Amino acid sequence: MTTRIDARFAELAKQGRSAFVTFLMAGDPDPKTSLDIIKALPKAGADIIEIGMPFTDPMADGPSIQAAGLRALKGGMTLRKTLEMVRGFRKEDDATPLVLMGYYNPIYIYGVDKFLTDAKAAGVDGLIIVDLPPEEDDELCIPALKAGLNFIRLATPTTDDKRLPAVLANTSGFVYYVSITGITGAAAADSKAVGDAVARIKRHTKLPVCVGFGIRTPQAARAIAEKANGAVVGTALVDALRDSLDIQGQATSKTVAAVADLVASLAQGVRGAKQAAE
Amino acid sequence: MNSSLPNSFRTGPDERGHFGNFGGRFVAETLMPLILDLEKAYAAAKADPSFQTEMNGYLKDYVGRPSPLYFAERLTEHLGGAKIYLKREELNHTGSHKVNNVLGQIMVARRMGKKRIIAETGAGQHGVATATLCARFGLECVVYMGAVDVARQAPNVFRMEMLGAKVVPVQSGTRTLKDAMNEALRDWVTNVHNTFYCIGTVAGPHPYPMMVRDFQSVIGDETRKQMQEAEGRLPDSLVACIGGGSNAMGLFHPFLDDPSVEIFGVEAAGHGLTQLHAASIAGGRAGVLHGNRTYLLMDDDGQIQDAHSISAGLDYPGIGPEHSWLHETGRVTYLSATDDEALAAFMLLSRLEGIPPALESAHAIAKVTELAPKRPKDHLMVVNLSGRGDKDIPQITEILKGKKQ
Repeated sequence: MTTRIDARFAELAKQGRSAFVTFLMAGDPDPKTSLDIIKALPKAGADIIEIGMPFTDPMADGPSIQAAGLRALKGGMTLRKTLEMVRGFRKEDDATPLVLMGYYNPIYIYGVDKFLTDAKAAGVDGLIIVDLPPEEDDELCIPALKAGLNFIRLATPTTDDKRLPAVLANTSGFVYYVSITGITGAAAADSKAVGDAVARIKRHTKLPVCVGFGIRTPQAARAIAEKANGAVVGTALVDALRDSLDIQGQATSKTVAAVADLVASLAQGVRGAKQAAE
Repeated sequence: MNSSLPNSFRTGPDERGHFGNFGGRFVAETLMPLILDLEKAYAAAKADPSFQTEMNGYLKDYVGRPSPLYFAERLTEHLGGAKIYLKREELNHTGSHKVNNVLGQIMVARRMGKKRIIAETGAGQHGVATATLCARFGLECVVYMGAVDVARQAPNVFRMEMLGAKVVPVQSGTRTLKDAMNEALRDWVTNVHNTFYCIGTVAGPHPYPMMVRDFQSVIGDETRKQMQEAEGRLPDSLVACIGGGSNAMGLFHPFLDDPSVEIFGVEAAGHGLTQLHAASIAGGRAGVLHGNRTYLLMDDDGQIQDAHSISAGLDYPGIGPEHSWLHETGRVTYLSATDDEALAAFMLLSRLEGIPPALESAHAIAKVTELAPKRPKDHLMVVNLSGRGDKDIPQITEILKGKKQ
């Protein structure tokens, strides 16, 4: 099976460049603005779009993404509405890969089989579920793969060579390397350490490796893009979105542009990278 | 009762940490290698006789065990039914059962060479126990506590700070125990290399629910022996309050395979089960949070709901996974007591026995006042008096003055 993710990486390999992966929270600050932002991302330079599924208790996220989730929930966002948003995006764009990222409980409560059917039909390509390590693959990973969705696993600095094969066994689409031990929005890792880690992971897999956590500037994005197949930026985009809101936390006329402009400048950084890692 | 009952209720969890459909290891990849290390380290400690010997020494001389099994004569007379015994966990050093588990985990942490200990706390009893043992063993201690709880449990905050711990008020989410646990997990994921997370209850990813239960089972083991000495037989019923459920699990576990023993867990019904409460079994359903699958309070979208209880220690929207399983198999009966019932029980035990219970334990006493009168005078009922009420006196004074609620 080839998903939009596989196709996108094949295309980028031909162009000889790395992917720019964006993360934003579904429904932040309201469902309509959120969809407008997502629609603006491909044109601004996003190669792959991660969409957060809001959850009340995001244990691996820092204050920025926690707040984004709470804004979305306050605006009435649900998992069902997140899938509606994906359908809205797919009406206009059938090429850009969409990955849903979040925590397991909302999916478990929605119902795993129903969720996979609905997500696939809506045009979702992959899932990143923070609290499902390979030890719990029977829950969602295996059913997702059977349903034709990529299951993208996080590898971290604590995932040693002994453990990597287990982490990679059922991973597809790409590997998401979390460059630091910590939560989203924390300090950046140095690019030398990231380069070593990516090389280490690549000894175990042919999958593309994208790197996230701590990337905020075009320079940092470029440095990472030179070491990996993709750079993921989340917190910096979520912060730009937040800074564009009014005092009540509502979207303003500047909100969509604030995110799109930052995406464009970060994309420049990624595209300026020398030949990406093979 | 479920049709596929196990031969024994005491063999769980399986090697993947499951109690039936509950439990498991739902954590971020960063933490997974640590959890596997901990599982190995705990298995090695359990198999090492010197570990048990050392722990028994501290339990006796530092904690003050065994805790007495006390015949509550005036409460028994007042209720006019079952003969009521109190398991006096509130007499332990630090004032609650929490110290049993913390001692065990700190000893495991020392075997693993960890120098920095983090903990979450609700009422502050687990935080105080952790701060105490960190002082005793010279370890750095950071305690996460919801900002709401910092305000309502001020005496325990002072105690933790006096013991050298750093108390971090948690401002995220609902600013209570669940948010303190989120924040502790965020700290752990950031400081994996030197930090040991000392979880205060029988919840979290495997092996925590099993490990905490094992360390707390000293309560039930002693009760068995003490009741044998006092009455020459097993008790007929056990009652304990449940937030996460560690004091209850500790009392219940050694009796799970004795079918003659009726077992009651008491959840916090807050303002009542149709309003704000903290009764995960009575008002929740199975979901995944904080590393395990268990009964949780949540909405139709799987978003975790705010719990409410007068007692900070029970103010949590979940319950340990083994309790969820014991509920589904029917081995344990789960009841609930409201804020008002707990307050009345607090006053009752204070006046009749001269023992002010922690507001948590007062929930168990509240149900005893309903269960005991319906049982014959030769029925032996054990209640776990899991903590002392001193920490609650400022809060209760305010409530009685009518300033609150």
